[in-house]
Amino acid sequence: MERDNHQEGVAEGVKICDPPAESNPPADTLATSLSLLGNHMFPDPVERNYGTTVNREEPVDSLLSDVSAEEPSLNAESHSNQVTKLETEETESPECQNNVATQPSDRGAQDAATDSDQGDSGEFVVTMLAKAKLEEQGLGMKGRSSPLLEAGTEEYPAFMSHRDEDVTADSWRQHRKHVFVLSEAGKPIYSRYGSEEALSSTMGVMMALVSFVQSGDNIIRSVYSEENTVVFLQKGPLVLVCVSSSRQSERQLRGELLYVYYQIISMLTQASISRIFEHKKNYDLRRLLAGSEKILDGLLNLVDSDPSFLLAAVHCLPLASSLRDSLSQILQKAITPNLVFSILIARNQLLTIVQEKTVIEDTRLEPADVHLLLNLIGASSAFQAGEIWTPICLPLFNPDCYFYAYISYLDPPECTVCLLLLSTDKEAFYSVAECKRKIEEAMVAQNSLSLIAKVQSYSVSQVGVSDLRHFMYKPFDVPDNYRQLTQFTSPEMEAPYSSEEEKMRLLDLYRYMHSRIHSTSRPLKLIYHVAERETLLAWVTSKFELYTCFSPLVTKACAITAITKLLRWIKKEEDRLFIRYPPKYSTTPNPSKSSRGGKSDQQDSTDNGFLSLL
Amino acid sequence: MGENLPRVPRGSQLHSDTLSRPVRTLRVKMVLLGSSGVGKSSLAMRFGKDEFRNTSPTVGCAYLTRVVHLSNVTLRFEIWDTAGQEKYHSVTPLYYRGAHAALLVYDISQRETFIRAQVWLKELENQYTPGSTVIWLVGNKGDLVEDRQVSVQEGQSLANDRGLSFMETSALSGEQISELLLAVAHRVYECMGEQQGGLSDWQETPLVDLHHKDTFSPFASCCKVGP
Repeated sequence: MERDNHQEGVAEGVKICDPPAESNPPADTLATSLSLLGNHMFPDPVERNYGTTVNREEPVDSLLSDVSAEEPSLNAESHSNQVTKLETEETESPECQNNVATQPSDRGAQDAATDSDQGDSGEFVVTMLAKAKLEEQGLGMKGRSSPLLEAGTEEYPAFMSHRDEDVTADSWRQHRKHVFVLSEAGKPIYSRYGSEEALSSTMGVMMALVSFVQSGDNIIRSVYSEENTVVFLQKGPLVLVCVSSSRQSERQLRGELLYVYYQIISMLTQASISRIFEHKKNYDLRRLLAGSEKILDGLLNLVDSDPSFLLAAVHCLPLASSLRDSLSQILQKAITPNLVFSILIARNQLLTIVQEKTVIEDTRLEPADVHLLLNLIGASSAFQAGEIWTPICLPLFNPDCYFYAYISYLDPPECTVCLLLLSTDKEAFYSVAECKRKIEEAMVAQNSLSLIAKVQSYSVSQVGVSDLRHFMYKPFDVPDNYRQLTQFTSPEMEAPYSSEEEKMRLLDLYRYMHSRIHSTSRPLKLIYHVAERETLLAWVTSKFELYTCFSPLVTKACAITAITKLLRWIKKEEDRLFIRYPPKYSTTPNPSKSSRGGKSDQQDSTDNGFLSLL
Repeated sequence: MGENLPRVPRGSQLHSDTLSRPVRTLRVKMVLLGSSGVGKSSLAMRFGKDEFRNTSPTVGCAYLTRVVHLSNVTLRFEIWDTAGQEKYHSVTPLYYRGAHAALLVYDISQRETFIRAQVWLKELENQYTPGSTVIWLVGNKGDLVEDRQVSVQEGQSLANDRGLSFMETSALSGEQISELLLAVAHRVYECMGEQQGGLSDWQETPLVDLHHKDTFSPFASCCKVGP
């Protein structure tokens, strides 16, 4: 395996196509690792791919056709985390082309669809494999020699589900960001687009890449091509892979994969996932995640469209401090033993949050945990039906334990204001539901709901700085509000950023600025960036992080004056823009349970029973 | 079974006159069990609001209430609509413990869900002495006759063998929904309504209590919990 240090952005065009199936070079370490993994990685339907080496008219231009893999040598990351260069050259050979995908009418409809699915993912797989210089080994042969060729296909259509996007279609390839989750045995767990079954070969190869690099005592972190960045993240028994054409930095993409991992943990806990895979390496985790795909889909959509994830801060709805205080007081008074967090949400933004004193002495509530909760609420319409009582883990708070969440909308049927109460006691439904009744009553008495309904986010014009189009401001913790929940504030995106495409374009610019500011090799404090249709200025100090967007004609001097004005405005408005002093309450923990709230529920994670399913 | 339910704190006599009810209101805990996607939430939605909409998979457990009036008593059904997904199976006992009625729901067009219902039945039977819980076998999606995989006879004979009641419903069309709820209500009341420790009274006092106090001072003592 050669290793190479390329400079960022150096991309070598490499043509890659399916391997000639006949070739059979001597096995090396990769072949060995493949054969070790073989059984889990390439279930029957997959093997068929390699058997159907058919022609395809267009050149093999799959996701990663032009590839250069490089070490992000600019990154001052730990030495062991080198990226192994995965690069190879292959000349096109007619044998490695595939025409099934383009001519499904050749066969019976069902069969053809199945075949083309697999043909395609096979192609992607092979493309990736080619880079790893392992194309001639094992795989091509495997298909040929498999006696299970036909058996695999027949079962196939039965799996067709709501996620039945055609993975052979160009539209599938053109998705901006693919996310795959697989187990260490190469079993598919989740794919953002298309069904996991159709992609099992793709995922098998991803695992092959991971384990191949691993066998050389190394860790694969990313693969760069001109079009795409492939980022790998290994967390315990799970492997997460992102294939993105979004031009985000590797670090940002890895951060997003981490959110996906945390969302899975929030449903199953880390402890039970490790336990499951300790007992059964090739367990199909989709059994346990069934019904949660929407939650992961929703998360990935939010990650793309909501800067909270990029900034790792929560966005709270601007609210007159008197109203926010009165809401906090309502929550503070409706308590019951073992209640640890009371959260009020409107339109996916925080209104207020009240925390148990002793619990946050130990651990702070991380923005990421709040994001996961907000996503859970946003992604499931089921909450609108009634009151929900569900176990949920806050992975950054404690990845191995469950909280019990009570979730209910306060304003049916509109369902915009949502109450979330977290308790450590799984038996506490009735007493927690009683808290909701009290909150509801108090809110009726104070007419809070109609006041909340009138609340708007704000317009950038309120700042009164011409040329300023949009901004994001994230203050850092300062001693006087120690253990404050990290927040940020940002106005509505208005014209010219009102269409979805323009919003995304602005977010992409912010992501670019963010990646420059937070570059591991060359972090910056201040960037003035003249883009095509706007000018951006990002500034990070020990007190805050600020991203601003100006009209393209602004001058540097103007922008700096504008920022001074903006900072002054934010200072003046901060009581309205932020939850300044998150209120607390004290709920005497039930003596039978160990104290310290969520940290305590250790015994609970052991009896959540997933083992009994094996 | 009633004592297993953490009760809503009972209010003092002071307020009972504000709720002049001609008949007693008894609490009935009813749980819906069955595989993912058989229509438990849709049934619950029919029970609770008499409407049908496409639901997404339930997270944990949803709780709804529905009041049913019988000739001499009012039953307040507390419906626990559990998630059918496997990841929640370990916590499901939390929801069905102490239930007076359990509906084992399957989808008549999916044989596996019928088999799965029998697994649930076994689990219920292991936990309870007969007679403490009224168990109903419910074949849902009665509108999908063309795709039927489980015949009425099969459902009926399983119910007969195991001493369950049986009904086929359609949450989509609303067919047999109110009949089912009424039948469950009658059955539960017959079996345990008059029993010692059977059904507990339900009183709406907490709300009234709070409301009264709030009229005078919004923040006063709404933090008092429990008796």
